[in-house]
Amino acid sequence: MTTIEVLYFAWLRERIGAGRERIETAAPDVRALVAQLSAMDDRHAAAFADLAAVRVALDQDLADLDAPLAGVREVAFFPPMTGG
Amino acid sequence: MGVRVQAEPFDFGAEAAAFGRGLPDVGAIVTFSGIVRADGGAMSEMVIEHYPGMTERALGAIRAEAIARFGLAEALVIHRFGPMRPGDQIMMVATAARHRADAFAAAEFLMDYLKSRAPFWKKETRPDGTDWVAARDEDEAALRRW
Repeated sequence: MTTIEVLYFAWLRERIGAGRERIETAAPDVRALVAQLSAMDDRHAAAFADLAAVRVALDQDLADLDAPLAGVREVAFFPPMTGG
Repeated sequence: MGVRVQAEPFDFGAEAAAFGRGLPDVGAIVTFSGIVRADGGAMSEMVIEHYPGMTERALGAIRAEAIARFGLAEALVIHRFGPMRPGDQIMMVATAARHRADAFAAAEFLMDYLKSRAPFWKKETRPDGTDWVAARDEDEAALRRW
């Protein structure tokens, strides 16, 4: 088990009700972490209900859902970006 | 110089003038600024959220890619976050190259990438409530031309 910082932005943050939380996990990849988070409570389940609308960054670099978590300290989940 | 992510407004004219100074081999400067649209009065307030740390990192990488790809002498990206009103400047880019084609193309490249690859999210207040702006398929498709 390792401890990682999980960050949420935009509507994911609002649905979960927090911008960050510390999670103990043995998840090998992002998809497994999402499954663990979704099982925590209804808020997390609602936030991750549509994975097509969720993007992820590992240690502040964009990644995909199948990316491994080995050595990663910060995982961020957010909707597609709308800058500019 | 380079990349700035800030809550406070910036002076577009002063930034453009400062950007152009001290670039002797540059024959072309292109600037672009993004402004909050009122959408016919329907949009009263916009709030931009961002991911501190990753934002600077992502913009820095996009800027470096633009400089390398188009042989720019210099490039500037300023992007604001926090609450804004219609008419406010959200962001600007400036590019400097020997010739205009590279300066124009690099500005478009910067805009296309920062719209979909820099961690900013817009939330708008309209008469029927407040909601997050959805990403547009066209914005993602725009990346494929590069």
